[in-house]
Amino acid sequence: MSTPEEKQTDPDMLEVSIHRGGGGKPSTIQLYHVPRQDNQTVLDIVSHIQHYIDPTLSYRFACRVGMCGSCAMMVNNEPRWTCRTHIDRVVENNKIEIAPLRNLPVVKDLVPDLDPFFDKWTKAEARHHPSATRHQPMHLQSPDTPERKRADANIECINCAVCYAACDTVTKQPDYLGPAALQRAWTLLNDAKDADKQAIWKAVSGSDGCHNCHSIGSCAHYCPNELNPMVAIAGLKQQTIRQAFCLTSLLEKFETK
Amino acid sequence: MIDKRIYIWQRLSALVMIPLVIGHLAVMIYAIKGGLSVAEILGRTQDSIVWLLFYGSFVLAVSVHAALGLGVISAEWLSLKPRMAAYLSLAIGLVLLAMGSHAIWAVTFATP
Amino acid sequence: MIQEYSTKQTTQQQHTHALKRGQPLKFAFILHRLSGLLLALFLPAHFWVLSLVIFDKYRLTLFLEVTQLPIVKLAETILVSLLAVHFFGGLRLMAFESFSWPSHQKTTAAAALSMAIFIAMLFFLRTI
Repeated sequence: MSTPEEKQTDPDMLEVSIHRGGGGKPSTIQLYHVPRQDNQTVLDIVSHIQHYIDPTLSYRFACRVGMCGSCAMMVNNEPRWTCRTHIDRVVENNKIEIAPLRNLPVVKDLVPDLDPFFDKWTKAEARHHPSATRHQPMHLQSPDTPERKRADANIECINCAVCYAACDTVTKQPDYLGPAALQRAWTLLNDAKDADKQAIWKAVSGSDGCHNCHSIGSCAHYCPNELNPMVAIAGLKQQTIRQAFCLTSLLEKFETK
Repeated sequence: MIDKRIYIWQRLSALVMIPLVIGHLAVMIYAIKGGLSVAEILGRTQDSIVWLLFYGSFVLAVSVHAALGLGVISAEWLSLKPRMAAYLSLAIGLVLLAMGSHAIWAVTFATP
Repeated sequence: MIQEYSTKQTTQQQHTHALKRGQPLKFAFILHRLSGLLLALFLPAHFWVLSLVIFDKYRLTLFLEVTQLPIVKLAETILVSLLAVHFFGGLRLMAFESFSWPSHQKTTAAAALSMAIFIAMLFFLRTI
């Protein structure tokens, strides 16, 4: 075992500061020393600590190959998927700081409570409202219509909450619906098959809705799927502008079934 | 905090101010050469309906725009509750309108 | 028991980090907000000075003489810069929200800032 002095100067040892807390305990920052490897992700670091140093550390992960979004955490104050973050990209002077996702309550250590995130998804009416049953003929949707292209550009969200953690407006206005929920609502407003666009519009254009976005773009900057919620929200704002100037908005564009 | 109404009024007042700001910047760039003087300012604005309408609409629009903007800032950075922020906006708007109107009246109708 | 996570320190650190790492749209937002705030705080003073035409012509004349001082010329240039920055930034924002124009926001933000600097320079070169 190396001495504390050796650990400090050892280039092969990482100094990892981890935010602990939640579960009734006060939040603290705990320092761990983790051997540095050539091919190492931030998730590897956290796993190493939990396996070999401190089994009381709680964290989330699932696929560990960048598909599920479960391992999202704040790495040096930036929200990232830790399984897809190579330490060479984030470690400075062999130091790294890991915290739970911002803008969410903490269950324990690196595990955030995603309930508020999902609650806002519901509040934004960001769910499909069916317009037909299995007994009707299938609606033929061309992928080439402008509306479908707009929806497809923002559809691949897997609810990882990285954009939510990145958004400064969510931080300053805790009731703000947030980029993910609004982005999904936008795809549904562009969906010819959704039967209740009025409900969606009412949900997203209120005082906690799309008009609070300041187009800072942190959501787009950090989205690991390279989506752009900021553009989706601008599309939502455009509906208000169109209505104000008596132009056709997405609410009138589709035939009601 | 920002609903449809606040959003539209903020954008509308900004829209109105586009030609007004361009005009104001142009006047400032033109007039600053050789320094400012009372005579020069009043020479333009005194008894002028055009300037009265120009700066009058400017004061109206900027009172709305600044008031709403400061309301949003107070809600976000000072954590004011939406209702308090709305009252603050109203107060700021009225003060700016009063002071601005007084200034315009001064430069249009004051005798030298 | 679910404990609230303190966000204040992280937000400030994130801002500095973002500016270092290059999030130009965040920088554009901060410019727009700060310029608007400073202009709004300046407005009452601006209106009050103009009102001096009625109340106190002598004071106004003195005040306008003071505007010849270099430090005041600098202050005026800063004010004009604030207006230009806020104006062109606002134009970009309204264009982004009103028209279907998703890409090249970083480019248009840079263009807006360039136009603002151009206007400010115009004023500055005429005032010195």
